[in-house]
Amino acid sequence: MISIKGLSKLYKTKHQDVKAVDNVSLDIKKGEIYGVIGYSGAGKSTFIRLINRLEEPSNGEVLINDTNITGLSVGKLRKERQKIGMIFQHFNLLWSRTVYDNIAFPLEIAGVPSRERRDTVLELIELVGLKGREQAYPSQLSGGQKQRVGIARALANDPDVLLCDEATSALDPETTDDILDLLVSINEKLNLTIIMITHEMHVIQKICHRVAVMDQGKVVEHGDVLDVFVKPQSKTAKRFVQQLSPLEHKQDTLHRFITKDENSEVVKLHFIGNDAKRALITDVIKRFDIEVNILQGSISPTQEGAYGTLYVELKGAANTIQETTQYIRTSGVEVEVIRDVT
Amino acid sequence: MLREWFPNVNMEDMWTATYETLYMTIISVIGTLILGIILGLLLFLTEKNNLWQNRFLNSITAAVVNIFRAIPFIILILLLFPFTDFLMGTIRGPNAALPALIIGAAPFYARLVEIAFKEVDKGVIEAAKSMGAKTHTIIFKVLLPESMPALISGLTVTAIALISYTAMAGVIGAGGLGDLAYMKGFQRRDNDVVFACTVFIVVIVFIFQFIGDALSRKLDKR
Repeated sequence: MISIKGLSKLYKTKHQDVKAVDNVSLDIKKGEIYGVIGYSGAGKSTFIRLINRLEEPSNGEVLINDTNITGLSVGKLRKERQKIGMIFQHFNLLWSRTVYDNIAFPLEIAGVPSRERRDTVLELIELVGLKGREQAYPSQLSGGQKQRVGIARALANDPDVLLCDEATSALDPETTDDILDLLVSINEKLNLTIIMITHEMHVIQKICHRVAVMDQGKVVEHGDVLDVFVKPQSKTAKRFVQQLSPLEHKQDTLHRFITKDENSEVVKLHFIGNDAKRALITDVIKRFDIEVNILQGSISPTQEGAYGTLYVELKGAANTIQETTQYIRTSGVEVEVIRDVT
Repeated sequence: MLREWFPNVNMEDMWTATYETLYMTIISVIGTLILGIILGLLLFLTEKNNLWQNRFLNSITAAVVNIFRAIPFIILILLLFPFTDFLMGTIRGPNAALPALIIGAAPFYARLVEIAFKEVDKGVIEAAKSMGAKTHTIIFKVLLPESMPALISGLTVTAIALISYTAMAGVIGAGGLGDLAYMKGFQRRDNDVVFACTVFIVVIVFIFQFIGDALSRKLDKR
């Protein structure tokens, strides 16, 4: 669906050249919600603007449905942009227009006659849940409502792709969840491909299918959200995963349970998908002559299923502990024996 | 009582002069609005990193604007005599004052227009671009409506400056309240005429300010 190859953006300043986006290659499938996460300055905002050429790429290609965006003339690019919706952190609504007229704006640009515009606009207002607010001005709306207008506006020309630039970063946590729910429902209803730029791991966890982690203009890690959650490889990804559940990763509290005693072992269990719902601990205690001391744990729901971690201390004979971890492994739950705190 | 206080004021002259002042002001405001917006757009769009980025055109426009803004109005009228004569076929009366009024005020308004455009949220322009808007759509459907309150209040300030310009133009025979105050009042030492003209001009200024403020407030939905 979307294929990005070797995309780069170079800013030339007097003293040095800055690579805001550095040789990024990604493939995004139709109907997927693809997250791009990074700290500010990682180049993610520039990256999303390269996709619809609000910023001109220095190098590389963007293909959407086999159309080479990077090769289009200015006129053709304008036409193509009508099929690429975009929403923004600060909503970017026209204050001088009502909700209705803001949503009608992209239709005016596309040259849709005003009678046909009306039906589309009313339908979209219904879809984003703003019925009754048609004649309100943006200044009369809350942040969440403004972003709903932004979403309706981005969907007006029935796009193939929706680009979200920090779409929830200016909203409070509750409103963020409402907007994310709306995006998921649109994704499912319209089979719309969504590319989501954010610095909040929470957003990725809640709605994305796949994720790319950006740092200093490069994609340092990408894959299924669950995989990145369970086994973050890069330092940046690890920091983001920690951001989500700080308690879980505060391993220094585990310190006093970790001893040289071979009859006690601290292990970290990863539950993925349906495993997260199983009563594994009960099972283990029944099967083996072993004591299980639960230290800490958490469970996080993601688009692809739940993902949980649990730290436990196993107490028993050394070989029983061996057998137990072996058993847990064969039952599909990942076990990590923790010997030292880092 | 009015007769006693203003023995030399002829009401018929006053109304004719008021009409001339209003005529000069309104026509020159319209001219200034059109020319000022064009110049302001040119200044704004040719700036660095903007839609028509063009250093050469930007410098030329800025130079023209700065030069005409620097010339004192009374001197500008004198300088423009040949041009006015060519354009209007006369150098006397309200019509003859129009070229100088517009050329004097438009560069000033152009700068206000440029500032108003700069205040428009860059994100909104970016959003319009992301929807595939052409430059003229961005100008007419984003830049102008989004900066309208500032354009109106800028025009109000300019209109009031223009009222005082018309009085100055009056001194060299353009007609209007300034002409009346100078010729019939100052020259003949009839101070009551000067005073009456002043009151009329102040009232006109107040009316313009009131209309401008009301309009700007009504249009501002922020």
